[in-house]
Parts: sequence; structure tokens; C-alpha cells
Amino acid sequence: MEQAELLRLYQQMVVIRRLEEKCAELYQQGKIGGFLHLYIGQEATGVGAISARQPQDNVITAYRDHGIAVACGMEPKVALAEMLGKITGCCKGKGGSMHLADKRLRFWGGHAIVGAHIALSTGIALANKYRKEDAVTLCFFGDGATNIGYFHEALNLAAVWDLPIVFICENNQYGMGTSIERASAVPEMRQKAEGYGLPNARVDGMELLAVQAATATAIAHARSGKGPYFLESLTYRYRGHSMGDPERYRKQDEVRRWQADDPLGKFEKVLLEAGVSQAEIEQRETTAEATIADAVRFAEESAFPPPEELWTDIYAEPAPQAQPA
Amino acid sequence: MPVMTIREAVSQALWEEMERDPNVIIMGEEVGMWGGTYAVTKGFYDHFGAERVRDTPISEGVIIGAAVGAAMNGLKPVAELMTINFAFLALDQIVNHAAKIRSMFGGQFEAPIVIRTTSGGGKQLGATHSQTPDVIFAHFPGLKVVAPATPADAKGLLKAAIRGRDPVLFIEHSTLYQERGEVPEGVDVLVPIGQSDIKRPGQDVTLITYSKMLQTSMKAAKQLEAEGIDVEVIDLRSLRPLDLDPVYASFKKTNRAVIVEEGWRSYGVGAEVAARIYEQCFDYLDAPIQRVAQKEVPLPYSADLEKSAIPNVNDVVAAVKAVL
Repeated sequence: MEQAELLRLYQQMVVIRRLEEKCAELYQQGKIGGFLHLYIGQEATGVGAISARQPQDNVITAYRDHGIAVACGMEPKVALAEMLGKITGCCKGKGGSMHLADKRLRFWGGHAIVGAHIALSTGIALANKYRKEDAVTLCFFGDGATNIGYFHEALNLAAVWDLPIVFICENNQYGMGTSIERASAVPEMRQKAEGYGLPNARVDGMELLAVQAATATAIAHARSGKGPYFLESLTYRYRGHSMGDPERYRKQDEVRRWQADDPLGKFEKVLLEAGVSQAEIEQRETTAEATIADAVRFAEESAFPPPEELWTDIYAEPAPQAQPA
Repeated sequence: MPVMTIREAVSQALWEEMERDPNVIIMGEEVGMWGGTYAVTKGFYDHFGAERVRDTPISEGVIIGAAVGAAMNGLKPVAELMTINFAFLALDQIVNHAAKIRSMFGGQFEAPIVIRTTSGGGKQLGATHSQTPDVIFAHFPGLKVVAPATPADAKGLLKAAIRGRDPVLFIEHSTLYQERGEVPEGVDVLVPIGQSDIKRPGQDVTLITYSKMLQTSMKAAKQLEAEGIDVEVIDLRSLRPLDLDPVYASFKKTNRAVIVEEGWRSYGVGAEVAARIYEQCFDYLDAPIQRVAQKEVPLPYSADLEKSAIPNVNDVVAAVKAVL
């Protein structure tokens, strides 16, 4: 891979991490409301997997969606404006942190009901297949989602209908505060895909290039008309499930162990081995910081939605501007 | 004007819309090779093929989830849930996704799906297969809920639902498929969603109802006519949006109202409509509004017991007399 592409991927991971750190700050200041789920630690999975897609390919994910959104090409300022509830956000401030989306980027959201979007992904893929388009749908979800009915209904249907989907399980080893040992009957999530006859693989989710390569294989399979593929990416989130997480379920030693395996640090070594200079790496880090600073300024200075926005986008035709009589 | 059954009217609407728009697909349990459990899609599989008439596993959650996803990505799926009782298995997709996709993402996406399902009791199917929980779905902004009672309305409303850009729960009554009536000719004859319809003009009492209870109410009105009582019967046809303008106009004339529904009384259609009449027409009120509804029990299997819980003509006649 060319140095420029390697640097682009590195910068994307750094942007995501700086964005997430800033989100935590803004949340503590009360500027971001609701729930906030940070992607820190999982950057290599989202950036690596999405870097393997073609422009026509779809991406859909759950509520830990900031990193996925940025990897799809969403500008951090648009994501941040959404989180601040501003009209300049990707959903005009109606979705919030858990519902980032941009149709033009073929990023179908951020969905907050665990597993529900796995069902949506089957329909998104069906529409492309029906029109004989060669688009593949990448559907991200956590290990926790493999225990809900939707997961099983959707994998079964995708297999029965040979849908072009790559199911990407971001196994960060906890569904909220419950570890996979306590929540899942099998230790590897891909074992569940075996039950539906899906070809599958498990990859080190802290190694961007490994994730990228595994996803490319998976996408090629799905695009060739052979049906869905299941990819499990073993990863870890450094922060709590959400901002209100007391983290009583894990030891700080465990977190530190995974932080030693940090996807950004590891990728820095890849860059150096590829002949990228330390100065270039630092320059990308500076650029990422500037991007986030601009994003914060943009989001803070943007307006909140005007009151009449309350009544828009409910039906195709405008809704009545008052309580129905 | 041709006369046909509701089954034929629904089937014709689907057929014509599939001929008209290649993006319309049907999906659900037994819609294809079987021909539909109520025989509505008989012949569709052979004519339109397996790509457009898609048999699904028994997986209500993903049936509606797939329909919503396909609609977001440009198709017009008509998803069938064999009965509304099974819609509870897809409730999350219906209320958290279909109804919210447009607003939650700031208008970027839409979910123009039609969910066809059947509601109502009276077939000795036991407590879990006989419910009329239509109002539950009418609670959610973003969704449209339609429940026709005549062949003409069934055809025109279904076509409007398929051509529209919003998610519609289209409730057919499981015991009305043989109901016959005139249906206007023409593939572009639509019945707009969200318009109540005066099915029988009258001067003395305003009777508001929908779905199967329209038939029951019309029989009651006929019986009352013989006694010199002139009932105006208004068919809501759609529970959301709810069009009560014809109801207020009628009530201002009759000053008396009865609301008849097959579902349970608590938090029901009667409660909603009565509250709005009280809010809008308080000065015109001559008698407390009467509600006729199902007895508040899970429907039993045994035929006479089941029958005794569902509103009948006598219940409606008694309620009309009570407001006079």
C-alpha cells in the first residue's frame, strides 16, 4: 500500500480518537445530552473494514457509531453538531449521538435498539440484489447483539436469500457490563454464524491492515453472489459502555493490558516500517487536532433547530402544526 | 360497477400495483407458493415470480426489518403479517423503526412500507389469535393505520398506501373477506388515507365505527330505522391520521354519539373519539357519549362464550337507545 493511503488511514483513526476525547469533554460540560458511547480502542476495526469497501457499498451500525460515521466519510463537524443538537448536524439535531447517518455516504445509521439494524441490513442488501446492483452491505454490531433474536432471524434470512452482506461483529468482549463469558453460550461469536452455514473468520481487531484484508476477502465473497459472510473482529473499548458506566465489571489491569495493544500505536510502527517519517506522522496528528478544534467551533457556533422543526419529517406531507383536534 | 369480495378487492389492488410499479414486492409467510393464508395472493407467485413474491421464514422481526431496510433503499415492500397478533413479534420494527426512520434521521430516509395484516375475533382461534389491538399501533406518530370495511375502500386505500411514502399498517378483518360490494373501475381510483366516510346519513344519532363493526352498526341502523330512529353511521377507515371533521359536523346536528369498536374499551378508539368530541363540541352535548366495545377478557375458545364477548347488533341498538 502506498504511504499516502497508510497515512490517510492513520489520520482517520487519530481523528476518531480526538473526536471521542472531545465528546467526553463536551458531555461532561453538559453540551452533549442523552447517551454517549465512545469508540476509543476500536478504531482499527471501523477504519480498517470500511477502507475495504467500494463507493457503492453500504454501511450500517449500532449506537457506538461515531467512528463508523467518520470512517464512512462524515466530517467530524457534522457529527459533532448533531451531538450538540444543532440544525447543522447530519440529522438536523433530531438523531443525536446514537443516530448519526448520511445517505449520500451510503451510511445508513447509527441505530439504538440492539440488533434491530441487523434486520434492516437484510432489506438494504435485498434492494441492491433485486436491482441487480453489485453493492455489498457491511453490517456492524457488537458481541452483545449476537444474543438477541434479530441476529438469528437476520443471519438465517440472509443465508436463505443469499444476500450480499458482510456481518461484522465488533467483539469488544462486553455487552454493557456483562462479559461474553457471562452472556454467551459460546466463546467465539463466529460459532453462532456457523449454525447458519455462513463462511466466517476471526481477526485481530487491533491490527488495521489485518481487519482490512479480512474484510476485503469477506466483501469479495459477498459481491460474487455467494451470499453473506461473517467476520468477527476481536477488539476492546477503553472507556465504559457509556458515560454513566461505573466499570465495576472489569479490572483496570485488563484495560491497561489492552491499551498496550493500542491500534494507533501499532499502526504507527507499520508506518515507520513503510518508511514514513516521524515528522509526517506528527504532522497528521496536528492536522487531526486542528480538524477537531474546527469541528468544535462549528458545532458550538451553529444554531439550534427552530421550533417549527418539531413538526417536520414525521410524514411525507407536513404534519399539522399543533395537537390534532 | 363490478361487484366483488374484499378478498378480490385486496388481491386486485396488489396485482394492479405490482403491474404498475416494478419496485413493489410482496414478502411474508406463505404469500408465495401457498398463495396467502387467506388466499389473497393466489396466483401471484406464478405470475410475478419468486423475486417479487417472497416467501419468508417464520421470523416476524426480520420480515418487517427487511421490509423497512428495502424501503429505505428504494423498494416498495408490501409485507404480510399473518395476523395482527404476530405483529407483537415485530412491534419494535414497526414502532421504533418504520415509524421513526424519517424523523430520527432528519428526513434523509423514508420507510414507505405497507404491512398487511388481519385483525379481529370470532373464529374460535383462542385468546392469542383473536385480538383486535388496532389502537396500539395508532398510538405512534409516523405510522399510518388503516382498516377498511368495504371492498371499494379496501382496494382504494391499499392502492393509496402502496403509492404513498409513509409506512402504513393495513388491517384487514379476518372474517370480512367474503363481504361483497361495488368497486369502481380504474387502476388509478384511490381512496385517500385519513378521510372518514359517512356510510349512512341520518338525523338522530351519530354512530362512529370502523372495520367489521361497520357491518354490525349498519345492521343495527337498519333495525332502528324500523323503529323510527335515524342513525348517521361514520366509518373512520383510518385510525391515524384520524379524521373527525365529519364527526363534529354530524354531532353538531344530532347532539348524540355512540362509538362502536371490536377491541377492548379501555384506552380504545371510543375513548379517543369521545374525548375529542367533548373537547370540540361540549356545548352541543345532549347525552353522555356511549361506547360499545369488547368485554375486557382474553377471548375464550368456546363458540358461545367467544361470541358473548364481541359486540353485536343488540349491543349497538341498546347503546343508540341509551343516548336518545
